[in-house]
Amino acid sequence: MPESAPILEVHNLVKQYPSVTAVDGVSFAVPEGTCFGLLGPNGAGKTTTIEIMEGILPPTSGEVRYRGEPVGPRFREEAGILFQKTALQDFLTVRQSVALFRGLYERGLEVDEVLQACALEKLAERDNRKLSGGQQQRMLLAIALVNDPKVLFLDEPTTGLDPQARRNFWELVESIKARRKTIILTTHYMEEAQLLCDEIAIMDGGRIIAQGAPQRLLREHFAEVLLELPRQEFPEPARRLPLKLFDAGDRVEISTDDLDGTLRTLMEARVPLQNLRIRPANLEDLFLDLTGKELRT
Amino acid sequence: MIKRLLAVWHARNLEFVRDRPTLLFTLLLPVGVVIGMSFIFGGPPRPLFKVGVLGTDVAARANPFRAERYTQFVTVASEATGLSAVTHQEIDLLIDFDGGVRYWVNTDSPKGYIVEKLLIAADPGARRQPVTGQAIPYVNWLFPGILGMNMMFSCLFGVGYVVLRYRKSGFLKRLHATPLSAFEFLTAQVLSRLSLILFVTVVLYAGIGAIIHFHSAGSVALLLLIAAIGSLSMIALGLTVAARFASEEVVGGLLNLLTWPMMLLSGVWFSIEGSSRWVQWVADIFPLTQVIQAARAVMLDGAGIRQVTPNLIYLTAMTLVFLAFGAWSFKWRID
Repeated sequence: MPESAPILEVHNLVKQYPSVTAVDGVSFAVPEGTCFGLLGPNGAGKTTTIEIMEGILPPTSGEVRYRGEPVGPRFREEAGILFQKTALQDFLTVRQSVALFRGLYERGLEVDEVLQACALEKLAERDNRKLSGGQQQRMLLAIALVNDPKVLFLDEPTTGLDPQARRNFWELVESIKARRKTIILTTHYMEEAQLLCDEIAIMDGGRIIAQGAPQRLLREHFAEVLLELPRQEFPEPARRLPLKLFDAGDRVEISTDDLDGTLRTLMEARVPLQNLRIRPANLEDLFLDLTGKELRT
Repeated sequence: MIKRLLAVWHARNLEFVRDRPTLLFTLLLPVGVVIGMSFIFGGPPRPLFKVGVLGTDVAARANPFRAERYTQFVTVASEATGLSAVTHQEIDLLIDFDGGVRYWVNTDSPKGYIVEKLLIAADPGARRQPVTGQAIPYVNWLFPGILGMNMMFSCLFGVGYVVLRYRKSGFLKRLHATPLSAFEFLTAQVLSRLSLILFVTVVLYAGIGAIIHFHSAGSVALLLLIAAIGSLSMIALGLTVAARFASEEVVGGLLNLLTWPMMLLSGVWFSIEGSSRWVQWVADIFPLTQVIQAARAVMLDGAGIRQVTPNLIYLTAMTLVFLAFGAWSFKWRID
């Protein structure tokens, strides 16, 4: 994808609370028309960073620029936002909830158009409190799209959804991407980031520890494949073998660029291989490699 | 079961103790109420009856009626002022000790009836004078106060709690992410509540008015204006209270702290004429006092806009100050 001018720039952002530094000197730029992912475990600083970018939280220091200017009224008109958790006014239907937000913007889409885009036509007259988790997220996405935003913020949009609802939501986001909207996405689902994001920044402890296109980052960090074995089946003496080992939950992972040689070594050490799984590295492995911690903690 | 009960009890106590603003407010409110009540209702036993005495040298009058206990004697500067107070039941009886005892009493007033008996028992020679103009039944005098009190509760609690709920649920945070400004949000809340309150007040006015056969002596349109400006000021006050806080206990306590003194001192139930000067001064600060004064003047005395203009100016100024302060101190989200 050709590089375009950044629509958003984050310069040396710091957010300090009395007992913790939530964001510690974060900088990045988001080219227009791309999907930029902020990845990291809970408490990494993703939501704080995105809320500062949205203008909801003031930074302790640093700056966010939208189209080269400090975030201001133009940004509020042109940004669409889906928070991690949002409550709406009680007793309003889906259509009325979307119409309420449509009324807050100078320009935007017709309410019916947005309802259709988010597959909400059949739910339009339903009380907004009587929606399932996936339907609720689709309605909140509709609200985020009602001003036909140039930049769309999605803060952990699929957390808590069942796999089917999550896949449906991804399809919606892909259709938005296809319209060349800029998307800022925070998530701790690696599959989501790999599927949707053109570029990612991995955060830990309020800092960015790696940034780039997902495939490029994986190529840079892993020339190997990963072998997974159940931890309880992995004999303790085998830990002394000359292999690159990681503990990953209930599994032991071995990273190698010599698959044949590694398998021979394991067999000679009489390590049971009936539950062996071989797979390419993913972003979760990248996070583990960078921090020594699992992502979903 | 006891273990579970204790676990929940303990957790709730921890929550309460760690919520510092609520804790502080809960501890300070009763102290403040006790101090306030001791000022308002403390001292010697309070009189049951209020008698206006024409002239200024009240203490010099040597009449056996002056020895009656639980009767408060207040000086009334002129006969016209005294008669107005009698007809409005702001005093129970007006008396003139000069040249033979003469008195005026509102025949519709139960307290006037009793205090008249006391006067005749003490001084059989006292002569009743006709009260010129229409005597106003207590229910008519009470009517504007009831309407005003209903407006006050609806304005303060209806708006304060709604904003608090929006803040706690995160709805305000979502609105903050749009081009909507705090002033726009607050103004929308004011106007929404105002239309509801005016509708309810009109229905109440018509309904109760029909039941008690009440007809306003003054312009109904002016009454509506007073209701609108009065409601605006009290809605703005409610918004100011709810502008920052995220705790029901704090907001509820503050609203109670405002509504109770207004209910007691704004003249809803009884006139505070004859109360100490500082009580009257405090009462005059309350928007409800201004609303009720203006409404009574129009409804009972047929006052025009010129007579109630000071009340309306005061209420308008309060509205602007409260709205400006509310918008300035407004918080979209919980820290």
